[in-house]
Amino acid sequence: MTGTVLIALAVFGACAVEMVEALTIVLASGLTRGWRSALEGAGVAVLCLVVVVAAFGPALIHYVPIAVLRTVVGSLLLVLGLQWLRKAILRASGHKAKHDEDVIYRREVERLSGVPRSGSGRDSIGFAISFKGVLLEGMEVVMIVLTLGLSSGHLAVAVVAAVAAVVVVTAVGVAVSRQLREVPENAMKLAVGTMLVSFGSFWGGEGVGIHWPGSDLSLLGLLAVYAALGWVAVRILERPRDTSPAADAG
Amino acid sequence: MNRWALAFGKFCYEFVVGDTPELAIGVAIVIVGGWALTRAIGSPSFWFIPVAVATLLAASLWRGVSGRQS
Repeated sequence: MTGTVLIALAVFGACAVEMVEALTIVLASGLTRGWRSALEGAGVAVLCLVVVVAAFGPALIHYVPIAVLRTVVGSLLLVLGLQWLRKAILRASGHKAKHDEDVIYRREVERLSGVPRSGSGRDSIGFAISFKGVLLEGMEVVMIVLTLGLSSGHLAVAVVAAVAAVVVVTAVGVAVSRQLREVPENAMKLAVGTMLVSFGSFWGGEGVGIHWPGSDLSLLGLLAVYAALGWVAVRILERPRDTSPAADAG
Repeated sequence: MNRWALAFGKFCYEFVVGDTPELAIGVAIVIVGGWALTRAIGSPSFWFIPVAVATLLAASLWRGVSGRQS
């Protein structure tokens, strides 16, 4: 039960963070190149992602032994989670510029406005930008949905959490339109990174034969340890903020 | 076909290794170390992974802060 709730939260958080980034690109594309091509590009990308989950999910469950699956999945989650955690700690402590969706949005709008449209039908550039943005951001979500869902045996829970995040972020994104910078993206990234590292440790460990004391409950212990580690790291590395509006697209 | 395979390979490399190769290599060492320790001493080895992961994160943060890479 503990594991299932944590899986739903981790997938929802990861999907929400990536969706904010994808939505920025779709909004910029829609407003400059037309909504039809932007929405079609996003729609086709989502379809591709669904096909990837449907194709790989059941196949991996049936053909790969659970110990191997957990070792590989645990390792992948550890790498992804550590990348997120590291980036979020460096941003929170002022060593890396925060991910500013407004700056990215303005940059995309400026870039796309300068390119002439191709005829009166579907705008191929708007379609391609939107498709690529959603597909690339979505691949990370697919990886997280597959790894968390397969290792725990709760693929359906992971898929439902991801779909819920897409719906919520899209609704909020449409409502606030260009105020995506208000989303506490770094805090979310820090929380999700902590969860991914916890799951990665747990399943990576189980895959190589470690028996965790308290079974699933040890996930809470791992979460507490890594959350404390993140908090301490931010405090130690913290330095005065650089107020320049720089942003990177990492 | 070759172009697609190359592009997919590049995507996977960027996805897993990217600009933090120390994390990818470190995680491989953590998993192999966990396996070896479990073989050697059994269940008491559960502490190894959290300690090794914490050390790995600290080392990677140190690398990021010390300016060799941001």
